[in-house]
Formats: sequence, structure tokens, C-alpha cells
Amino acid sequence: MNRFQKLFKTKNSPVLSVYFTAGFPKIHDTAEIIRQLSDSGIDMIEIGIPFSDPMADGPVIQHSSQIALNNGMTLPLLFEQLKDIRKITDIPLVLMGYLNPVLQYGFEAFCTKAAETGIDGLIIPDLPMREYLNEFQGIVQKSGLENILLITPETSEDRIRRIDANSHSFIYMVSTASTTGAKKDFGEDTVAYFKRVKEMNLINPVLTGFGVSNRKTFETACQYSRGAITGSVFIRCLQQTSDISKAVKLLLETLHS
Amino acid sequence: MHTTFHVDSDGYYGPYGGAFIPEILHKNVEELGACYLNIMNSPDFQDEYQELLRDYVGRPSPLYYARRLSERVGAKVYLKREDLNHTGAHKINNSIGQVLLARRMGKTRIIAETGAGQHGVATATVCALLDMPCFVFMGETDIARQYLNVQKMEMLGATVVPVTCGNKTLKDATNEAIRDWCCNPSDTFYVIGSTIGPHPYPDMVARLQSVISEEIKKQLLSKEGRDYPDYLFACVGGGSNAAGTYYHYLENDKVKFVSAEAAGLGLESGQSAATIHLGREGVIHGCRTLIIQTPDGQIEEPYSISAGLDYPGIGPLHAYLAKTGRARVEAITDQEAVEAAFALTRLEGIVPALESSHALGALMKFRFNPEDIVVVTVSGRGDKDMPAYIEQFPTFLKR
Ligand SMILES: Cc1ncc(COP(=O)(O)O)c(C=O)c1O
Repeated sequence: MNRFQKLFKTKNSPVLSVYFTAGFPKIHDTAEIIRQLSDSGIDMIEIGIPFSDPMADGPVIQHSSQIALNNGMTLPLLFEQLKDIRKITDIPLVLMGYLNPVLQYGFEAFCTKAAETGIDGLIIPDLPMREYLNEFQGIVQKSGLENILLITPETSEDRIRRIDANSHSFIYMVSTASTTGAKKDFGEDTVAYFKRVKEMNLINPVLTGFGVSNRKTFETACQYSRGAITGSVFIRCLQQTSDISKAVKLLLETLHS
Repeated sequence: MHTTFHVDSDGYYGPYGGAFIPEILHKNVEELGACYLNIMNSPDFQDEYQELLRDYVGRPSPLYYARRLSERVGAKVYLKREDLNHTGAHKINNSIGQVLLARRMGKTRIIAETGAGQHGVATATVCALLDMPCFVFMGETDIARQYLNVQKMEMLGATVVPVTCGNKTLKDATNEAIRDWCCNPSDTFYVIGSTIGPHPYPDMVARLQSVISEEIKKQLLSKEGRDYPDYLFACVGGGSNAAGTYYHYLENDKVKFVSAEAAGLGLESGQSAATIHLGREGVIHGCRTLIIQTPDGQIEEPYSISAGLDYPGIGPLHAYLAKTGRARVEAITDQEAVEAAFALTRLEGIVPALESSHALGALMKFRFNPEDIVVVTVSGRGDKDMPAYIEQFPTFLKR
């Protein structure tokens, strides 16, 4: 059983996964952010690999990526920072980043190194299912990592079924047609889509991300899926206070009040 | 083995191409891929497209025998005059086609990216003509540099959206257009300005520009008694005017291609946009191709005097033409391009766009046999580049 399966098997209440950009706000915050999130009971962490051209991200994550790059974050440095991470936490850890930096590191070398480091999964938003299956699936499977695929309001039922069949961890349900970033509310159409996906009774658990930013959106997400993924809100908390433990508290307050 | 230079059914030219897009765009891009050929080949589309190319753009563009330039370079040189098109460049061939396609797909909102503003102006023009709302993404740096084109787009009724992320130039404008598309996938059609982006864009844009080589064939036949030249010269930014110039000759080995990319201050200067010379394989804006990037895979800001060649990637077709040796790629510096521009102006009375001047720069450096027949595509006119040329007056206008 991988760490994802263990999590979804043992946890009955909603799952909360938190994204942060590695190298933001300071270059060497990575391990400390993971420790604080994990200690505060967060269920899963997505470690963002900064990229110069994050085309699926809104302004908040664009900004954190730019700062992280200016701070000097690179993949080799990130792996160095993560080398003892499994002494700190046992929750699922996911690397999330765009394809190009991964290709330059070497896709296979990247997967091997990530697995060795104790990473459980990958999210590469610009690596769609066909390209993944044709070219990369073998490499990912050999490394023991899980590739996490996304579904969106535009994804057909048939395609959702195929994505489900090719997933072995969870499915990332993008809430709305948008880039990453806060929303105050999920509209009627969004809720109808959440319901539609819920009624499909997929094999894999579903987590809802993009726009989860307050108690309302968090609860709606958890009502229709196994939990929520939040990113931009946490980045904003990190902008508000340089004290990481305070930022994590602020995040939890924001999602629960 | 026979190598084909046409896109394969998965959207690749050899190892280059594909569709590396976020899931939210999958349906959109898949739909476009499934219908673009049917629509573009339909009589209804062709009638409207051809009529607009003829009566609105002013096609066919002349194939002009440049006598004095020919004497200078020692070959028989023809200029394909895309500079005489409405809006002053080849870009409009593509914009008309894509907006007509968008309408047939039921899309009601047009977005585009632009660097220098040529593609933005062309798309805004077509949207005025066809009464479609148009949003043009443009980096703030480029807005400041190309303010006249911004005002032209506004006069045409388009909304110019200033892009403030990254270096605020073409690559960032493209990111922002893609983000807008992600947010509005059902009603919006993204009119990409070159042979870049996810499949089917590179092929679709190449086909819409292929009118250039279709005309060259007919025009050469009547002028030379044969329908092909020995050499074709074109500049490559993303590669659309070059793709259009080569298209009907891709499989004709008798025709040699020379592509001119922008070397900026020089290949070794760190201030260059010569993607084929300097780039490594990677993925940018939805397609696998050569990219100017750091060892860590961060995309670098290219530099060229010509805003239209200032792109860190290159169309996948051109990456493949270069890799297979089908095209020879010359890196032309700012200085060589400017010299060629002044030379053409004095020899033929034609002020070329700075982009096109790179193709002319490559021509001037080349050694020909006197009987060689050469066609150079003058992709655009130089009006937009007058400030850059005026800066060079002290060098070129002294007696
Ligand atoms: C006149 C002209 N030529 C060439 C280009 C480069 O584009 P492409 O390589 O797609 O032809 C541009 C782009 O703005 C242009 O305006």
C-alpha cells in the first residue's frame, strides 16, 4: 500500500493537502514549512518546483515562483533540501511542477531521485494523459512514484473514467475553468459538476483544488469529494508573516472560519 | 527512408511538437484538432477565405524581380512582397483564417498575444471586419516600445490587455493569453500568431500561410517557365512566414531552404534570439521544441533588435527542418539585418520590416551561382521600425 492509499484508507474526515512553492519566501524554508504543516495535522503536502512560465497559475503562485527563482531555487538544491525529509514526516509528499525543468534535469533521473528522497507522487500540469501514457508512464512506474492526473469541468465523462483507470493514488479535481487562485464562492455550475463527479463513484478518491480559500469553499469541496487542496491562500499567509508556524495557523483559521 | 515534413497524426514533426497543455484546455484543443482540416477544406470556408485574401488583403502579393539587388548578390533574386498586404505583413493571412474558423466553431470571443503588435493589429483588424470582440495580450515593455500599434488596435475596437508578469514581453503575453484561455475555454478562440503552440496550431498556421508558396509556384512558372526556385529565404521568429514560404516545396529536394534567425548582438553575446543555434529541447507554450533556456530549464528572455523575432522558442516544424538538415539556418546579427535593410531601401526603394531584414541579411552573405533563382520573402514593411532605422541614420546616411 502506498502512502496515498494508506491515508485514504485510514482517514474518515476530510483530507487537506497544502501546496507551497519551494524557495519562497526564503530559499531555505522548504524543510521547515514541511515540518510545520505536518506537525499541525495537514494530511498531504505538494512541494511546488518554481518555473519561469507557470501557465496554469494565477498571480499569487506566479509571484512566489518568481521570488523562489530569484532566491536561487533549482531542482538539485531542492533535492538536497529534501534529503532527510522522511526523518521529519510520514505524510504523502508530492512534487508539483511544469514539465520543462523536469525534462532538463532528465525525466528518469528526476523520478529516481524523487523516489529515493521519499517523494510519493508527481503532478505535472502540462503533461496531459496521452503524452504521459505514450512516453513517461513506464519511467514513473519503474521509479515507484505515482503520477497524479487532473480532471476539470471540461473533462468528458469518458475521459474521467480513463483518467481514473490510469490513477493509483487520487484524482485532482480542478474546481473551475481558471488558473490557480482564491475564489470566495463556488457557483451553482461548479457544485453541479462536483455532484456529477461524485455520482460517478470513481475507483480513486478525489481531492478538489483551485479556488479553495475559505471555510465555505473548503466545506463545499469536502462535501462532494474526499478533501481539498489549497495553495494560493497559504502563499498569502506566508506573505503576511515570516513566522512559518504563524502562517500555518493563519491558514487553518482561514479555512475553518 | 522517406522523411515527411508534414505533421503526423499525433501532432509531431519527428521528435518536436505535441500538445503539452493543462487538462482544462484538452477538450478545446482536441475539438480544434478534430475539425480544423474539415472546416479549412470546406468550400464554404475556402470561398470566404479566398475572397477576403483577394479583395481585402490584396492577394496575390507580387513576386517582384529585384534587378539591382540581383546584381548585388550575383543571382536572380525575386522578392515575395508580403509587405504589400493589408496591415503590412503576412500575419493577416493567418488571422483571417483563424477567426473564420473560430466563427464556424461557434466561438464568440477572440484572444491573441502580440510582441511588436503586428499579429495584434492583424487580429484586431479581422475582428473589426467580422465584428468579434477581441482581446490582445501585450507585455508592458512592448506596449511602451510599440505604442502606435497599441493605439491602432484600440482604434480598431480591440482591448489591449497589459501584461505585467515576467519580463513583460512576448513570452509573458503568450502565458497570459493561455491563462485567459484556461479561464474561458468554452466561448474563447485563441488566435496564435505563429507556427507555435500545441498541435494543431503549428500545422494550422502553416496551412493558412501556405498561400505564400502556392502563389510563388504560379508566379515563378509564368516568369521563369518552372514552378520552383533553387533557394527560398525567410526569417524565422516562431516560423510562420517561413513555413508558408516553404510549404509547397517541403518535399521538393531541388529547392533549398535558408532560414534566418536573429542573432541579436551575436551568438556568443548572451543577447540573442537564435533559438536553433542556442536552444535545447524542451517544452514551451504547449509544444516540444528547441528553447533558449538555463541549464535548470527556466526559459530565458531572448534579445533581438527585431521584436517579431524575439521569441525563446521556435515552431516545431523548423526545429525538425534544421535537425534533419532540410533547412540551413543562418544567425543574422542586428547589424547585418540593419545593413541589409538600408541596402534594400537604396537598391529597390523598399523599406523592409526588421524581421524581413534578417532574411535579406542571410541573402547578402550567401554565395550563389549566377544562374540560381532565389526567392526571398519580405514578410513585412518597415513603417513600424522607422524609429530603429532613424537611430542608424548617423551610420548609414553619411556621405
Ligand atoms: C513582419 C514580420 N515578419 C516576421 C515575423 C516573425 O514571425 P514568423 O516567424 O511567425 O513569421 C513577424 C512577427 O511579428 C513580423 O511582424
